Amino acid sequence: MRVYVAKRLAIAVVTLLGMSMLIFVLMRLAPGNITDIIFESAGYVDEADRRRLAAELGIDRPIPVQYGRWLAEFLSGDLGKSYRYDLPAWEVIKPRLPVTVELAVLALGFSILFGVPTGVISAIRRGRPVDYALRVVSLAGLSMPSFWLAMVVILLLVRSLGLIPSMTYVSPFENLGANLFQFMLPALAVGYRSSALIMRITRSAMLEVLREDYIRTAWAKGQRETLVVWRHALKNASLPVITLIGIEFAFLIGGLIVTETVFNLPGVARYLVDAIQVRDYPIVQNLAMLIAVVTVLANLTVDLLYTWLDPRIKYGKA
Amino acid sequence: MATRALDLAASGTLAGPAPRRSTLALFLRKNPLGAVGGLLMGLLIVTAVLAEVLATHNPIRTSTQVLAAPGADHWLGTDNLGRDLYSRVVHGSRISIVVGLAATLLGAGLGGLIGLLSGYAGGKTDLVAQRLMDIMQALPILVLALVMAAALGPSLTNTIVAISVVIVPRAARVVRSSVLAIREFVYVEAARALGVRHARVALRHILPNTFGPFIVLVTAQLGGAILTEATLSFLGLGIPEPYPSWGRMLSIAAAEYAEKAPWLVIYPGLAISLAVFGTNLLGDALRDTLDPRLRGS
Repeated sequence: MRVYVAKRLAIAVVTLLGMSMLIFVLMRLAPGNITDIIFESAGYVDEADRRRLAAELGIDRPIPVQYGRWLAEFLSGDLGKSYRYDLPAWEVIKPRLPVTVELAVLALGFSILFGVPTGVISAIRRGRPVDYALRVVSLAGLSMPSFWLAMVVILLLVRSLGLIPSMTYVSPFENLGANLFQFMLPALAVGYRSSALIMRITRSAMLEVLREDYIRTAWAKGQRETLVVWRHALKNASLPVITLIGIEFAFLIGGLIVTETVFNLPGVARYLVDAIQVRDYPIVQNLAMLIAVVTVLANLTVDLLYTWLDPRIKYGKA
Repeated sequence: MATRALDLAASGTLAGPAPRRSTLALFLRKNPLGAVGGLLMGLLIVTAVLAEVLATHNPIRTSTQVLAAPGADHWLGTDNLGRDLYSRVVHGSRISIVVGLAATLLGAGLGGLIGLLSGYAGGKTDLVAQRLMDIMQALPILVLALVMAAALGPSLTNTIVAISVVIVPRAARVVRSSVLAIREFVYVEAARALGVRHARVALRHILPNTFGPFIVLVTAQLGGAILTEATLSFLGLGIPEPYPSWGRMLSIAAAEYAEKAPWLVIYPGLAISLAVFGTNLLGDALRDTLDPRLRGS
């Protein structure tokens, strides 16, 4: 087991290293850099000035040299400075993190609370109208762009109830109620998609498990439906569901980017797009790294949870 | 004999009509949702092909009738530049279907080849290919697509390339896993024993058998590709103006005028949702039919 974890961690490090190279090179291949953008907005270009700024930021050097320097700094804990704000990258990222984390947790929480029970109901009522209705609802969730859903929800609130959702961010430490009220809609808009995926996987896992012998035994013993379904079956159906939740946790970020944009929430996900657009390399690099670390760790956690949930699975012995 | 068969068929005692038709009929009966999906897809394709005929106005010509409400002249109203929304939505189907299909086929084709090579060759090739795919999957789809799109610059072709890159590792995984299973079949061993070269075994004897999962993958990714295009364009990193992309239509302008002109928000988004809904329904039904192991997941 310990060998397995060590091996997995080594692979994770290789993956992250490769990913950091990929992002580093891609961003520098992008047409234009921060100096072009600054001088373009200033309206005149003094080539000498532009070169001096590029030299100061170190972006005039060959890409491998720049990467080496970034990696050395990163490993020593220095994340570099935001080109745009002239502040340490971490200072720029840190205040925006709680917004995104809160949104992600609320969205995931909603998607589990909605996705798992509907998946179970859909499975035990397979082929009935309830099943069809729930499957259509979940497929609709997978089909609607979350930014559009968010826009429609805002529009409905404004048109029908005359409610205008607050477009300035309220910290939970200032006013928890207002904060939760503000996060409710974005969390629903993001969580709907994930809940649809969770519902689908729960349904198929439940259908598999409900065919098993031990479930038939439980029925034959005359056990109550709630016990058979929610205790015996769901517990064994939870493996694929948990895998998906682990993967979804990282993939929520895609939904967060657009939802933070639509609801004007000052989170890191939206900030990534801004940073990409102004070629603020240190911010893009560090945020991509952060996202990748979360993704890789989520996957690893899920794999380790397996052994706990299903003792038959043993790593490092096969 | 022939007439007897006909009589029997007519009286309904013979087991159904010609096999091909019965397969389709069975598919429709067992998958009413899939049929709806097929219908929506068909509608999307017909709209894209006949966009010139179906549109009532030039989709990119501006006019002084700014933000006109839906009516007899402008069926779905006009946008902030006075462009006819109905014609723009109709033409937008072309962008969605072209980008969606091209990106999916490009990504799935390339990923499929990588998967075939990596699964068939095994060993070091497999290890390196798998680590590369890991790297590409360490970032959420949209984040990688965003960086790709930014690196390439906004254009139709670049958007296709950016989205296809995201599909590559997924396609590689699917094809590799079926190649790993097929590689062990006796007929493959027989082919090798007969002296058939590796390239031919891989391309002629293994590749065709990965087709089922591959089709399932392509339909599953198509909806995602259409959504990704819409999202990239919404964020200003996808299809540039003046192309009428559904996602682009929903960006800044729509949000700004949403209260005054809600149709700007509703119709393009409805178009995206219906298109993706159609591909998802069809994809589900195809998977149920072609790949029973994955049923309902």
